[in-house]
Amino acid sequence: MIEPSGSEYSAENGLHLTPELGFAEGVRDALANLQSSDLSLRYYAAWWLGKFRVSCPEAIDGLIAALEDESDRTELGGYPLRRNAARALGKLGNTKAVPGLIKCLECPDFYVREAAAQSLEMLREKTAVSALIKLLDGGVSQAVQVPGRPHLTQPYEAVVEALGAIGATEAISLIQPFLEHPVPRLQCAAARAMYQLTQDPAYGERLVKMLDNNDLKLRRVALGDLGAIGYLAAAEAIADTKAENSFKLLALKGLLEHQLTDELDAIGVCDHAIRIMNLMDSLL
Amino acid sequence: MTDELISVVALADTPARMVTAVQNLAAAKDTAAIPTLIAVFGYNNPAAAAVAVAALTELGEKAVPQLIAQIDDYNYGARAYSIRTLAAIADPRAIDVLITAAATDFAPTVRRAAAKGLGKLHWHKLGFAERQTASQQALETLLFISQDSDWSIRYAAVVGLQSLAKIGDLQQPIRDRLKEMLATDAEKAVRARVHLAQSQ
Repeated sequence: MIEPSGSEYSAENGLHLTPELGFAEGVRDALANLQSSDLSLRYYAAWWLGKFRVSCPEAIDGLIAALEDESDRTELGGYPLRRNAARALGKLGNTKAVPGLIKCLECPDFYVREAAAQSLEMLREKTAVSALIKLLDGGVSQAVQVPGRPHLTQPYEAVVEALGAIGATEAISLIQPFLEHPVPRLQCAAARAMYQLTQDPAYGERLVKMLDNNDLKLRRVALGDLGAIGYLAAAEAIADTKAENSFKLLALKGLLEHQLTDELDAIGVCDHAIRIMNLMDSLL
Repeated sequence: MTDELISVVALADTPARMVTAVQNLAAAKDTAAIPTLIAVFGYNNPAAAAVAVAALTELGEKAVPQLIAQIDDYNYGARAYSIRTLAAIADPRAIDVLITAAATDFAPTVRRAAAKGLGKLHWHKLGFAERQTASQQALETLLFISQDSDWSIRYAAVVGLQSLAKIGDLQQPIRDRLKEMLATDAEKAVRARVHLAQSQ
């Protein structure tokens, strides 16, 4: 699951380095730190390069190399640096990272697989479809909690969302059963992907229904999903749901963007877009 | 009578009872209820807070001095309700508070509410000279935050600027800035809002 970024706190606050203050030095340090013997510096550098969208060839190559790191390990056998490198590579938009990310889908660390699936979603990478589909092997019956861990056997949410975003219509029959999975967040992910792959409003309505759920976190998830698919019929329900305005604004922004052509001036702004903006204005 | 209603608010022990108690207090439409209604902003009860916002907005100008004095510097949720209420009442005495909130608050929700409010204060309640200074300050603040890195702050700045353009003297700089944003803003949603502002 990609968390909606409707935080009430500005991401700019509390940073060690900002683009304005010593950005060139920050890039230099981050690239150097990626090779540091201090593992925590490496971990931080990988995050920093993604955060500030540093997409120079050295950053890409350094991060791709970090996908195979063996030195940074958790007690449970996880690969923290690989996770951060995989996350960063999704943000940098360079398809050179794709083979390495696809390989990460087989990593024993759940969180590396999850980060790789999320990044392949961001890269809209068609060539990843078969490797992503493989993670759905066994269907819903295999999608169970790993004993003692806070996650399922595979990062199903990320995988299903990636397949939807990439437009992998060949995965429709594999995704559909996840609409009935006992984990509600995974149901949301499946509804989101099914809508993207079929444009059937029934799937958008499933997400609208989730806006009435008693769990605030689930309502936030549904808001993020509706924004991602730009489901116009949800506009009023989004504005009315019980959640922070920041999350609602982000969802409505997604709807608005789906209504806009690239050239605003040519045609102007349509009535649907105005309707959405009026709702957004009321949430300021 | 109002004292009794106030003590019921203080004693409410469930979120639902709190909402009912605040509704009853709001219905009294009594200025003695103002401090309690403002205090409700800090109770982390959105339904009760919404009732308090509406009640204070209806009390209008009379609530403004206490709304300004009682802004909660340590709770951004409560602060957002105060700013939203001051913006809705639109009394120009709130201008300094709105400027500070729009320009320097760390919470986007507070800044957006202030930006919207800065555009539509009741300027006619000020004397001529005062009106010119105050509206110029509002303009400068909105122009400044229209360059924020957070898209939602820029969006709110456009909404504020659109309202502020009703003041003749300010139309030209606002037009210029909107034109610039339409050409350069990275977010389609912000450009669309600029487009809408320009068409109104």
